[in-house]
Amino acid sequence: MPTIVALVKHVPDTWSAKTLEADNTLDRVSVDSVIDEINEYAMEQALKLRDDNPGAGLRVVALTMGPAGADEALRKALAMGADDAVHVLDEALAGSDVLGTTWALTNALNTIEDVQIIVAGNSSSDGAMGALPGILAEYRQVPALTNVRSVTLDGQTLTAVRETAEGRHELAAQLPAIVSVTDKADKPRFPNFKGLMAAKKHEITVVDLTAIGVSPEQVGLAHSATAVTAATERPARAGGDVIRGEDAATKVADFLAAEKFL
Amino acid sequence: MSTVYVLVEHDGTDLNATTAELITAARPLGEVTAVVVGTPGTAQGLAPRLAEAGAATVVAAEAADADTRLILPAVDALSMLAAADPAPILVTAGPTGNEIAGRLAARLASGVLCDVVSVNADRTAEQSVFGDTVQVSAAVGGASPIYTVRPGAVEAAPIAAAGTLTQLPLPEATAKDVRVTGFTPAERGDRPDLAQAKVVIAGGRGLGSREGFTELAEKLADALGGAVGATRDAVDLDWYDGNYQIGQTGVTVSPDLYIGLGVSGAIQHTSGMQTAKKIVVVNNDEDAPIFQIADLGVVGDVADVVPALITEIESRK
Repeated sequence: MPTIVALVKHVPDTWSAKTLEADNTLDRVSVDSVIDEINEYAMEQALKLRDDNPGAGLRVVALTMGPAGADEALRKALAMGADDAVHVLDEALAGSDVLGTTWALTNALNTIEDVQIIVAGNSSSDGAMGALPGILAEYRQVPALTNVRSVTLDGQTLTAVRETAEGRHELAAQLPAIVSVTDKADKPRFPNFKGLMAAKKHEITVVDLTAIGVSPEQVGLAHSATAVTAATERPARAGGDVIRGEDAATKVADFLAAEKFL
Repeated sequence: MSTVYVLVEHDGTDLNATTAELITAARPLGEVTAVVVGTPGTAQGLAPRLAEAGAATVVAAEAADADTRLILPAVDALSMLAAADPAPILVTAGPTGNEIAGRLAARLASGVLCDVVSVNADRTAEQSVFGDTVQVSAAVGGASPIYTVRPGAVEAAPIAAAGTLTQLPLPEATAKDVRVTGFTPAERGDRPDLAQAKVVIAGGRGLGSREGFTELAEKLADALGGAVGATRDAVDLDWYDGNYQIGQTGVTVSPDLYIGLGVSGAIQHTSGMQTAKKIVVVNNDEDAPIFQIADLGVVGDVADVVPALITEIESRK
């Protein structure tokens, strides 16, 4: 059965402040974690591709790599309408860089039958590189339509509209292919009550490194190609004067003049 | 003499301002080889300016179909060069640059650091992360480490070099290529480029409408010679184009002066502007979090304050 896999990630609350641990890895403990907001956009596109192409018989599987609590992100994807979910869970994965993470994901993808389309967010809110979809394309030797705001499937051809600061590209590629979406894509649907209830009971497939054929030497903090060697917090900005009243504009102009902006 | 590769940003005829920044940022790592990916003849046109900026060598990585392929021509060119002669690679940070960098990391079995603000001679780099609240030093391994450099982070300092032109024919498209069937370039306005502007006027929900942007934000920007930006809320409401969005999903700005109009100060936005040297805000709501990081805050109606401010500014010219 042809499959669309949606990549999801459990991250420190997308819009909260982030901090580092003593070993300079991201603090994933002190803040609430949620499904990364961009993954909801990716799930929305995956569901649309499935639902707009009933003849193709596509199913949607949500996939994540993360610690135990990361299954929450999968439950959200299931509640939105994913047919199944897979969790890559192994202690040895902690601290993996983007290459190790993508390596684990591509091997996990190889355990899922007939993957035709992989949909991802364009960039995670915690790692913020936007590099994973391209690296996945390299490992899988397939085309990647990245940073798109819309995507359509017609038979074996995917077409999409990519929007970046350079401009608007119309893209086309044959399946199997990877798609990454931006937050300019369709707004994600809210799960309904039935979806939420079903998600709670749905059995999630959990796989470890052995199950996906990856060795610990290929992943994890110790085998990462990059390392944060030092980190300093910038002092927080302090607020200055707050003014109101009819002469506010004059006072602002005085400020700008004093600071040599006029 | 050690080498460093720089991917040239251009539109076919002109260099993007970030190219000179990249060449300057690359200098501590060695002699700069500037790689121009494009249609035949592009590199020859750009070579003199690249030499002026500091490129010892200019590589013409050209093919007739370069514009109908997405991203892979640059990845092909740089991976071929670095496979033959391993060396660090610098690319401009952004959705395209970061993807190119990641793909190179996979092909060259080297590490990648995105959005760095400087690169050191010992190949370590500095990054400013989490909405510029934390400064980090990072190390990266592999024979050809890749760095993407934040636009505007490094001041371009041209030092003329030889700019010797060499050719690198690109391989043909394969089934892994995404076909570009159409392209419409983004409209270049008259105002300074947002990522590099010294003065930024940002509008949020409090501007109330598209007219709020044209009548208040744009007019104030023009009075001060600045660029206009918008919060994600304003873009979602279709009051301003998404290319001008400032924030966690958008452009990061670090201007000398930031003026926020009707901006509440949610972290989605502030993470893209809180290193501005001076922050001035106008908002009706005195409890808006933006006041906590403003050097000067005005509690008031943008519709009253901004026109009066523009009049004041004009009268002092």
